Amino acid sequence: MLEFAVKGSKRYYGWMIFLLGLVGVGFLVYLRQLDVGLGITGMNRDVSWGFYIANFTFLVGVAAGGVMVVLPYYLHDYKAYGKVTILGEFLAIAAVVMCITFILVDLGQPMRVLNVLLYPTPNSVLFWDTIVLNGYLLLNLIIGWNVLEAERNGVHYQGWLKPLIYLSIPWAISIHTVTAYLYCGLPGRGFWLTAILAPRFLSSAFASGPALLILLCLIIRRVSNFDPGWKQIQSLAVTVAYAICVNVFFFLCEVFVAFYSQIPEHMDHIKYLFVGLHGHGAYVPWMWAAMALMVLGIILLVNPVTRKTEGTLIVGCLAVFFGCWIDKGLGMISGGFVPNPLHEVNEYIPTLLEGLITIGVYGLGFFVLTVLYKIAIGVKEEVRA
Amino acid sequence: MDIRRRRILQLLGLSAAALTVKPVYDALAADPAAGRPRVGPGREQLKAKQWAMVIDTRRFASEADVEPLIEACHRIHNVPHFELKRWEIKWIWATEYKHAFSGTSSDRFLADAVEKRPFLVLCNQCENPPCVRACPTKATFKREDGIVMMDFHRCIGCRFCMAACPFGARSFNYTDPRPYLKHTNKLFPTRMKGVVEKCSFCAERLAEGKRPACVEAAGGKIAFGDLYDPASEAHQWVRKNYTLRRKVNLGTEPAVYYIV
Repeated sequence: MLEFAVKGSKRYYGWMIFLLGLVGVGFLVYLRQLDVGLGITGMNRDVSWGFYIANFTFLVGVAAGGVMVVLPYYLHDYKAYGKVTILGEFLAIAAVVMCITFILVDLGQPMRVLNVLLYPTPNSVLFWDTIVLNGYLLLNLIIGWNVLEAERNGVHYQGWLKPLIYLSIPWAISIHTVTAYLYCGLPGRGFWLTAILAPRFLSSAFASGPALLILLCLIIRRVSNFDPGWKQIQSLAVTVAYAICVNVFFFLCEVFVAFYSQIPEHMDHIKYLFVGLHGHGAYVPWMWAAMALMVLGIILLVNPVTRKTEGTLIVGCLAVFFGCWIDKGLGMISGGFVPNPLHEVNEYIPTLLEGLITIGVYGLGFFVLTVLYKIAIGVKEEVRA
Repeated sequence: MDIRRRRILQLLGLSAAALTVKPVYDALAADPAAGRPRVGPGREQLKAKQWAMVIDTRRFASEADVEPLIEACHRIHNVPHFELKRWEIKWIWATEYKHAFSGTSSDRFLADAVEKRPFLVLCNQCENPPCVRACPTKATFKREDGIVMMDFHRCIGCRFCMAACPFGARSFNYTDPRPYLKHTNKLFPTRMKGVVEKCSFCAERLAEGKRPACVEAAGGKIAFGDLYDPASEAHQWVRKNYTLRRKVNLGTEPAVYYIV
C-alpha cells in the first residue's frame, strides 16, 4: 500500500517538501542542542520541564482522542464511523510518533535512553509511560494497517485482530491516565496533586483529538475524492462539544477546591497563571485567551445551528484545539513549577531555538500523518472506483 | 573418490570444531570475578542505619557564617559557577526561614532573629524519597545507610527526580560544567552535560572515615551521625532540642533537622 504515498500531485509533493524543510531546520537546531546541552532552552533549575514535555502531554491527548471514533464503531457497531476509524487510528500513530520524539529531544543524555529498558524500574511512572506509549503505537500500526489492507482486498479483516481492537480501547485511556500520573503523584506540587488530573486530561483529549480530526476530515473533503461524510463529522462535533464542556467543568472544580479551601499551595499556581504572582505573570494573557477560546468553542459547538454550519464549525474546532493546547500545553506544565518548592517565582519563557525544535517535531508528525492519510485515502478511492 | 573427499571435509570440520570448542568454553564458563579487584566498603567506611544532620540555626547569624560551608562543599564537589541564573547548580545554599519552611510553618510575626537568620538548605536524604520512586533507571537510589545517591553515568537526564523533589534540592547540567570550574578537585568526578546532581552527604568522604565537608567547616554548629544510634551526636541533639524539619506533612521523612 506504500505506493500510494509516493505517487501524488505537485501540491502533495510541495507540502511534503515543506514539512521536510521544517524537520531539517529542527534537526539542525537539535544538533546544536546536543552540542551545547538543554541550556539552549528557557528551562532552569526551578522549571525543569518546558515546551517539549508540555507538547508531549498535549499530543498524548490527541493520540488518545482517536479512540472516540474507534470505540463507537467497534464497540457499539456505529456503522457510520466505518469510514473514519482509519483516520482516527492513523492520527493516533502520528501523534504518538511526535510524543516519543518530544521525550527524546527533552532528554539530557538521549544516547542513554535504553537504560529505561536495561534497568526496568516498575515504581517509576515514566517506565510505564514508555510501555503504554510504544504499545499504543504498535497496536494502532497493526490494527490500522491490516484493517485497511483487508478493505482494499475486499475481505473482512482477520479474526485475530478483534481482541487487539478491543484491547486498544482501554489502552487509549491508559496512555493519558499514565501521563497524568507522571504529574499527579508528586508530593509538593500542589497544582498537579489532584485526583481529577487524569479525568481532566482525558476530557481535554476527547475534545482536542476529535476537533483536530474534524478539521482533517474537512481538509480531506476538499483535496481528495474521498468524503469522510458530513454525518460522521457532525457526530464527532457532538463528542467535542460534550468533552469541552466536561473539561471546563473539571477546571472549575479545581478552582472551587483551591479557592474555597484557601490552601495557598493549591491557590498560588492558579493565581500565578491567571492574575500573576509577586509581579510575575507572563502567562496571564495566554490563560485568559485559553478560557475565552474554550468558551467560544462551547458556544459554537453546543448550539446546533452553528455546529451544523461548516464555517462556524471550523471556528469552533480551532477554538477548542488551540484553547486546549494553551491550557494543557503551555499552562499545565509551567504552572505546576511556579512558584517553586521554596515559594520563589522564577518564570520560564521558551526560547526561539526550542521553538524551532518543537516546530521540527510537529513537522515530522505531520509528515507521518500525511503519508498515512495519503495511503488511507488512496485505498478508499480505489475501493470506491 | 567422492566418499573420500567427503570424509576429508568431515574430518576437517571436526578438527576445526575441536580446536575452537575449548577456547569458547573457557571464555563462556570463566568466573567473571576471578582476577578482578574486589569492590566493597573500605576499612575506614563510616556506617549508619540513616545518616542525619542537625543544624543549629541559632549559631548562624549572617551570610558570613554560612558562606565558608557552601564554599567548602561546592569546591570539593566541582560545582560550577554560572553567570546565567538559568543554568545555576547548587548543592547547599542559604535562604530565609519563610522560603526554607514555606507552606508548613507560620512565617508571619516571626521572631526578629529568626526572620533574618540564614537557613542552610540541601538534599534532605529523605527516608522515603519521592525522587527515588520517580527515577526510571535507578540512577538515583537509596543506600543502606540512608543516603540518596546519584549515578551520574546512568542518569538519562529526564529530570523526573527534579519534579518529584519537594525541596528543590536537585540541579541539572544544562551545559558542560567543566569550562566553568575555577579549579578541579581530581578526587571527585566532574559531571557532563545532561545529568542531574545534588548533595550526597559526602558519601565519598564517609567512605574514608571523614564527616561531610560542610559539617567539618561548621566547627560544631552542625551535628552529623546515625539518627537511630542513641550514642550519635545527631541523635542526642534531636533528643535535647526542639527541632523542625521541612515539609514533614508530605511524608518524605527528611533527615535534615533544624534547631530554631
